[in-house]
Amino acid sequence: MRSPEPLIFEISKPGRRAYSLPELDVPARDVAELLPESEIRREPAGLPEVSEIDLVRHFTRLSQLNHGVDIGFYPLGSCTMKYNPKVNEDAANLPGFNNIHPYVPDELAQGALQLMYELQSYLAEIAGMDYVSLQPAAGAHGELAGILIIRAYHRARNDMKRTKILIPDSAHGTNPASAALGGFTVVEVPSDERGGVDVEALEAAMDETVAGLMLTNPNTLGLFDENIQRIEKIVHSKGGLLYYDGANANAILGTSRPGDMGFDVLHFNLHKTFGTPHGGGGPGSGPVAVKSFLEPFLPVPTVVLEDGKYRLSYDRPQTIGRMKSFYGNFLVMVKAYAYIRSLGPDGLREASRDAVLNANYILRRIAGYYDVPYDRHCKHEFVISPGKIKKETGVRTLDISKRLLDYGVHPPTNYFPLIVDEALMIEPTETESKETLDYFADALIAIAKEAYEDPEAVKSAPHTTVVGRLDEAGAARNLNIRWEKPE
Amino acid sequence: MNFLPNTDKDREEMLKVIGVGSVEELFSDIPSDLRLKGDLNIPPGLSELELAKHMQELASKNAAQDYVNFIGAGSYDHYIPSVVRHVLGRSEFYTAYTPYQPEISQAVLQSIYEYQTMICELTGMDAANASMYDGASAAAESVTIAAGMARRKRALVSSTVHPETRAVIRTYADAHDIRVEEIDYKDGITDTGCLAGKLGDDVACVVIQQPNFFGALEPVDEISAKVKGAGATFIVSVNPMTLGLLRPPAEYGADIVVGEGQVFGNPMAFGGPYLGIMAVNKKFLRRMPGRLVGMTTDNQGKRGFVLTLQTREQHIRRERATSNICSNQALNALAAVVYLSWAGKEGIRQIGEQCVQKAAYLADRISRIDGYSIAWQAPFFNEFAVKCPVDAGQVVESLLEKNILAGYPLGRCCPGLEQYLLIAVTEKRTRQEMDALVAGLEGLA
Repeated sequence: MRSPEPLIFEISKPGRRAYSLPELDVPARDVAELLPESEIRREPAGLPEVSEIDLVRHFTRLSQLNHGVDIGFYPLGSCTMKYNPKVNEDAANLPGFNNIHPYVPDELAQGALQLMYELQSYLAEIAGMDYVSLQPAAGAHGELAGILIIRAYHRARNDMKRTKILIPDSAHGTNPASAALGGFTVVEVPSDERGGVDVEALEAAMDETVAGLMLTNPNTLGLFDENIQRIEKIVHSKGGLLYYDGANANAILGTSRPGDMGFDVLHFNLHKTFGTPHGGGGPGSGPVAVKSFLEPFLPVPTVVLEDGKYRLSYDRPQTIGRMKSFYGNFLVMVKAYAYIRSLGPDGLREASRDAVLNANYILRRIAGYYDVPYDRHCKHEFVISPGKIKKETGVRTLDISKRLLDYGVHPPTNYFPLIVDEALMIEPTETESKETLDYFADALIAIAKEAYEDPEAVKSAPHTTVVGRLDEAGAARNLNIRWEKPE
Repeated sequence: MNFLPNTDKDREEMLKVIGVGSVEELFSDIPSDLRLKGDLNIPPGLSELELAKHMQELASKNAAQDYVNFIGAGSYDHYIPSVVRHVLGRSEFYTAYTPYQPEISQAVLQSIYEYQTMICELTGMDAANASMYDGASAAAESVTIAAGMARRKRALVSSTVHPETRAVIRTYADAHDIRVEEIDYKDGITDTGCLAGKLGDDVACVVIQQPNFFGALEPVDEISAKVKGAGATFIVSVNPMTLGLLRPPAEYGADIVVGEGQVFGNPMAFGGPYLGIMAVNKKFLRRMPGRLVGMTTDNQGKRGFVLTLQTREQHIRRERATSNICSNQALNALAAVVYLSWAGKEGIRQIGEQCVQKAAYLADRISRIDGYSIAWQAPFFNEFAVKCPVDAGQVVESLLEKNILAGYPLGRCCPGLEQYLLIAVTEKRTRQEMDALVAGLEGLA
């Protein structure tokens, strides 16, 4: 079994070093002469002192303690952990994309600007929208931009009474958090028995104080909302706008477009749908796309093409402003651009179709062993629950997830969406083979059986990982969030 | 090119298990008038060979890659050691998701814990989170937190804070009806008289930048005393690279420290991805946005790391979360932790010293050219403003011929400073390059 790795501070030794610097090639002056003495640090910052081989071994050994898409299956629902093509990483490492300062004159960055301009137009086409800003750094950041656009739109029309945003109870946590950060009150809309928005409840909640509805479609149950056209009419007829959370867009690429469904503003997660890696939590990229009537409110700048030259345009007097410095997570855009160019229209559609096929296949293989709260064809993901297993054996979702670790696969998303008790949310993606799906389905079936035959084995899992179940409550109670040198 | 492993035979077998005749049937819940007729209007797919060639062509159109860079203004051309790219190239790190399953995510978790520790060491603060999107959004979220905690609706931001940071603060503040007012500058630093005049018991927070956008060191003790006197939160945006040499903001009373972490091992990359540093004192710990890693033990008593205090976050607390942030800049934070391990206790100070020495050399040379002067008297670290005899935009334009990016023309963001050029120097700039810049400037005088 792999052993834990000491902290980099614990392998530090005074006098060791990895860095080297050129000889100072200008006349040396005393720093105390150049900076006020009061501003100079008295004690050096407690950074580690290690040699280069210490450093490389530390991070290499550490890396071996992690699961990743390149190691094994990662069916984390709503996260779209698809394979990240290597050639895209190479493209993003090209010096021509890395060694450019964001404030260079536009004519010296024509390749970067062209890439951004083209990506804006591809994303608009895929979304069925008119204009795109690439600035938001992540999905939640795109949501906030979209919410602020909705706010700015109503205010520009002097419609100041719209203080609420409607959000289904199946929504991602970022939706209500983004609406609140955008200054709105959140009103939750229940789901109906088929897993979609409860249309009657929506109708009752929708009035002139509502700025808009945030919707994920297919939703977090992996179900396409069949009533989307009715929903669209209800919201629009009362003057609200429709926001599309693109987290689940991998299900519909080239098959159906949010713009055509009537959505007014959306974000995509380039790190989910367009194959850029998740990086252990980031960086992502969350471009926001709008219909033309919302274009005046987009963040600045965007890239425009004029007389054959690409340039950054700041000319948008009604803009919501800036979401971040500079122009967004550019190198993530490079990878997403490369991904879209690789696949083309056929490839994107086929990717979606296989994502949906793979999800339905796993669902059918395991349906007899777990509860399926919404038993219909799913899109790219689905939700099951070990409700009966829990009742009869005491084995919970958490236990099943931890037992899956012993099979070398990452567990599905746990306990989400909140409307399903003991939810397990499974998203296989299109880049997994039938063999992998079978291995996973067999593992889930074996664990379901094991729950009856040897429940303790499941409840005490994992048994093969570098550490066992960790005490999360203890971590919060006895907070230790930085290393301190022992006295 | 696609990345689909399934064969047609696989698909047939799977359809049989599902009990449908075609994949099409799985989409029957999408109303037919919402189905896309025909193909998406995007270019046809490419093979890997064609794609690699195309990407190389696009990259080569960025002529700036071959220029000597003296632009700073929030993004800096520091040397990135080879080890950074090698560690970041480990796909165990870059193909992982957020470490929600700690037993198989110890690499990501432990490296974040190490990162948090290093940021605390540099800033002197009690706690650092696992990263924000960038320095500007970190500053903006600090303002909303400070205003929310104090229940006050005014925020003062020095006009020597990066103009884009100020813009992002306005975007976030506007949604909460927080009034953002700017403090004037005088002689290149915050006008403390103006600050005193604007402070009051309705001010939630004051934001300054150290060194400021013009590269100058602010009178932080004087500012801090005034801010504390008014009971406001003191938010300091730092260039963290300076902290190997300059005193930690905790020493002069910062409550929240934010900063652009790009300088630690991340390329300029046309503006991103970078990472937002955020560190706070104890009072703000439970209101801090973003992920936080804590040390704990497993069921055998073995040490391990987990995400902690998650009840602050959106996936638990939804609309009552401290922020909506979910994805962060984890891989960029990993670059920072590798960079800081490479530089270490000594290196971080020496890199800072070289920046200071070289900037001083260049400033001294420029100040001797007829028609040019150093704009302000305030001490600076690695960046300073120069008053030129002509429009600074013209200076930049002229030096492009010599393959030099001479700096950032301050007239772009600050009315009245059309003749001022902001010049940044890092340890990468050689005497020869700086002498070439001086020669170019001389030619325009």
